[in-house]
Amino acid sequence: MTEKPRLTRRTLLRDGIAATVALTAVPVSAWAGPDMVEREIWRRIGAAKPIDGRVVLDLPTFAENGNLVPLTVRVESPMTETDYVESIHVFAEWNPFAVVGAFYFTPESGKAEVTTRIRLAKTQEVTAIAKMSDGKVYRATSRIDITIGGCEP
Amino acid sequence: MAEPQSLHPARVSLPKSARRGDLVEVKTIIAHPMETGLRTDETGRRVEQRLIHTFTCAVNGRIVFKAELYTGISANPYLIFHFRARESGTVEFLWRDDDGSIYRETASIDVT
Repeated sequence: MTEKPRLTRRTLLRDGIAATVALTAVPVSAWAGPDMVEREIWRRIGAAKPIDGRVVLDLPTFAENGNLVPLTVRVESPMTETDYVESIHVFAEWNPFAVVGAFYFTPESGKAEVTTRIRLAKTQEVTAIAKMSDGKVYRATSRIDITIGGCEP
Repeated sequence: MAEPQSLHPARVSLPKSARRGDLVEVKTIIAHPMETGLRTDETGRRVEQRLIHTFTCAVNGRIVFKAELYTGISANPYLIFHFRARESGTVEFLWRDDDGSIYRETASIDVT
């Protein structure tokens, strides 16, 4: 794996895993990785800088079965024509594909909240990004331990 | 819940009536394997990816919620969301499958 040029909290945490992955010769394409998450986030928010907070990621801290993990994501917002949540995007850094889902709202949605069930391949960090009608972007992350991975039966 | 029909893959649950301005909660589920494209069948052959890729809910033709679903969404996709009751009418739910199929459910809502 190539050296990441930026030194961030995430790369410091993940360098150890990256080194281990390289040594065990797991195909690079098998898992998404933080790079894919960052790239997919960029594709959705462009140059906007995510602000930590405001998004509430309701995810258990551990799950026996990674095939059916309940998830609720919400953003408190008046949901008026001039102030509403346009979309919420969910990413799983160590799934085979980083993007889990994208959820779109209008003021008529009334509430910027969605509950669903997701698959998680293994223990990892789940990220939620919220895009607001005024262009602001918020972010929350939550770590979850998985006993039996989903994505493959 | 909508009347159960054993062959119908989708179910929706929402109130039949609401007052104007109320927040209406909607629950939906559709029977679908959400094939990730990573699974192999009993012959060892890879099963092709097939997902419900998009779900929309529209009230009298106005989309109030949309979801783009990827491989990380569990089989039999389950969604709970809301909309603000504005006027009586038809609520239409559409699930779009990678294979081109479109599944459709409708419900009526009376708003006073």
